[in-house]
Amino acid sequence: MIYLQLFWAFFYPGILGYGGGPASIPLIEHEVVDKYGWMTTAEFSEALALGNSLPGPIATKMAGCIGYEVGGIFGAMVALFATVGPSLLAMLVLLNILYRYRQSPRVKRLSGFVLPAIAVLLAEMTFDFMKTSLDIIGLLATMLLIAGAYVALEKLKIHPVFVVMTGLAIGGIFL
Amino acid sequence: MASQKEIFVAFFRSGILGFGGGPSAIPLVKKEVVDTFQMMTDEEFAEVLAIGNTLPGPIITKMAGYIGYRTGGWIGLINALIASVLPTVLLMILFLAALKQLKDFDFVKGMTNGVVPVVTVMLGLLTWDFLKKSKKSLGWKAGGFIFAASFAGMFVIGLHPGVIIAILFLAALLLPAKKEGKDE
Repeated sequence: MIYLQLFWAFFYPGILGYGGGPASIPLIEHEVVDKYGWMTTAEFSEALALGNSLPGPIATKMAGCIGYEVGGIFGAMVALFATVGPSLLAMLVLLNILYRYRQSPRVKRLSGFVLPAIAVLLAEMTFDFMKTSLDIIGLLATMLLIAGAYVALEKLKIHPVFVVMTGLAIGGIFL
Repeated sequence: MASQKEIFVAFFRSGILGFGGGPSAIPLVKKEVVDTFQMMTDEEFAEVLAIGNTLPGPIITKMAGYIGYRTGGWIGLINALIASVLPTVLLMILFLAALKQLKDFDFVKGMTNGVVPVVTVMLGLLTWDFLKKSKKSLGWKAGGFIFAASFAGMFVIGLHPGVIIAILFLAALLLPAKKEGKDE
């Protein structure tokens, strides 16, 4: 039963996320945290932080590790297949049709139409995380760390690995 | 036809060297597939990428699967997928398990707390990135309208995000399109 749930939890994000793996992250959170309750928001954020500091596609890293946590090695395989399989199959089956219509304005605007909805989902998730942070470490620490991480990532263009590591160290020492 | 070893190397390297999720690793995939191993031309790669972007789901695995299949058959498909996905998934499981082992130390609990705001910023930047992409493909007016409508649909009416994405998908295909495309 758990394997079926794992399949659905990663199948939806895989076929709804427009804009590559990162777009499916809020959809995965929706299933994993809100719907099935396999993780808390803080646990999910820990996994996401780790995922963002490691190389490679993010959706499959999340699927692999959450699948493994919930259902062992077979769980990881199910979650990975659900993430990768449907969209790849669609690509192989529809490639010729899409190729024929690739100049059609309707096909061209497909991903464009969905992007703003993905942005809404990402914004919601950002607020979720901010709320979680306020709950566990309070206003002052949250604001300081957000400001610091923003400057480091966006202004100084420091690699995410180092920003996450600094966040971990500061958290370990002070929080 | 590329050898299975070449397929594996191409997707292993672009998977293990790319940070920031699949979309930001696309230039690395292109470098391996087009420049290093010459499995396809520049134009072919651009075309496959454009088609991949009209479909949902992770882009790296769509590209790896398709290119693997084209250059090495079904074995090539599996090979390319394993090479691009498995190494980093294993790393992830290992690291997370290690972190779990140390869970009871106060230091590690604090670490988790310190990383939530950092992830918040990363998500905020990703949101901004998608807003910019929306503006680029639709302009402020249409993009803003869909953003506001999706927001209302999700939080005022309480629709499942999937329903909204399905509606937008159908709207893109069914609504009348201007004869002149944006960039023609």
